[in-house]
Amino acid sequence: MKNFNSLFAAWTAVWAIFFLYEVSVARRVSRLREEIERLKQQLREGS
Amino acid sequence: MPAEHSNSMAGRMAATLFIAALVMCAGYAALFIAPEEATMGLIQRIFYFHVAAWSSMFIAFYIAVFANIAYLITRRAKFDWLGLASVEVGVMCCTIGLVTGPIWAHPVWGVWWTWDARLATTFILWLLYISYLLLRGLVDEPQRRAMLSAVFGIFAFLDVPLVYVSNRLWRTTHPQPVILGGDKSGLDPTMGKVLGFCIFAILGVMILVLLDRYRVEKLRHDFDELRFEVESRAADAQSNLAKAKP
Repeated sequence: MKNFNSLFAAWTAVWAIFFLYEVSVARRVSRLREEIERLKQQLREGS
Repeated sequence: MPAEHSNSMAGRMAATLFIAALVMCAGYAALFIAPEEATMGLIQRIFYFHVAAWSSMFIAFYIAVFANIAYLITRRAKFDWLGLASVEVGVMCCTIGLVTGPIWAHPVWGVWWTWDARLATTFILWLLYISYLLLRGLVDEPQRRAMLSAVFGIFAFLDVPLVYVSNRLWRTTHPQPVILGGDKSGLDPTMGKVLGFCIFAILGVMILVLLDRYRVEKLRHDFDELRFEVESRAADAQSNLAKAKP
């Protein structure tokens, strides 16, 4: 099993980068949805 | 929850599960089905996800340049959103390639990095698209930002074909191409099938992430419109109040 650690490190890096990026996108989606709801609420209260 | 939103969530969940299953099968195939390479041994199995990430990066940057050109012709905001989403996802795939490459290179070449034509042009490509993302943050006005980004995106794309041909045109430490590399290139048939499957799986992940990233821009647009409406109403209310004062 020569170089198993390197193989493991590379595969971990691949999925860590994908995962972290997807989490950052999901957080941006949920933050924007919250902000949109807040503005809609403000508009409903104003009208 | 509206029925349309609930349906789109169900579709998204089904697509995610399908891609997750594909990725697991691809991982199994790369680790256990592909034969071991004679000289490099186990470490060569990085190849299946390293090359798959590069393939996805190329496709993402092709989508980005298509969106950049389409924006300059039509001036429609959705092409700007697509351009940005593709560049961000392409940079992510490029980062994966730039991280996995040195991990593979170190035990095989004895160095983490060398400035040969393939590695240098790729690093420049990564820097160019990082600059594209930074540039967007410097311009506030949306139309101007979209126009500048589209022009810079087309300029950055000029490096993409250069990366592809670099190890065909020049002698590099990076291996010569094993696919579409001429008479002396080639891949064991099982390795080729496993690589194709891994490319398909990673491409699926890339498209899923790209769609999510595009949705962020669409939501940001909705948010800006709503904020503009709220601010306009507040300004109207204030001016009415000022008029009403004796």
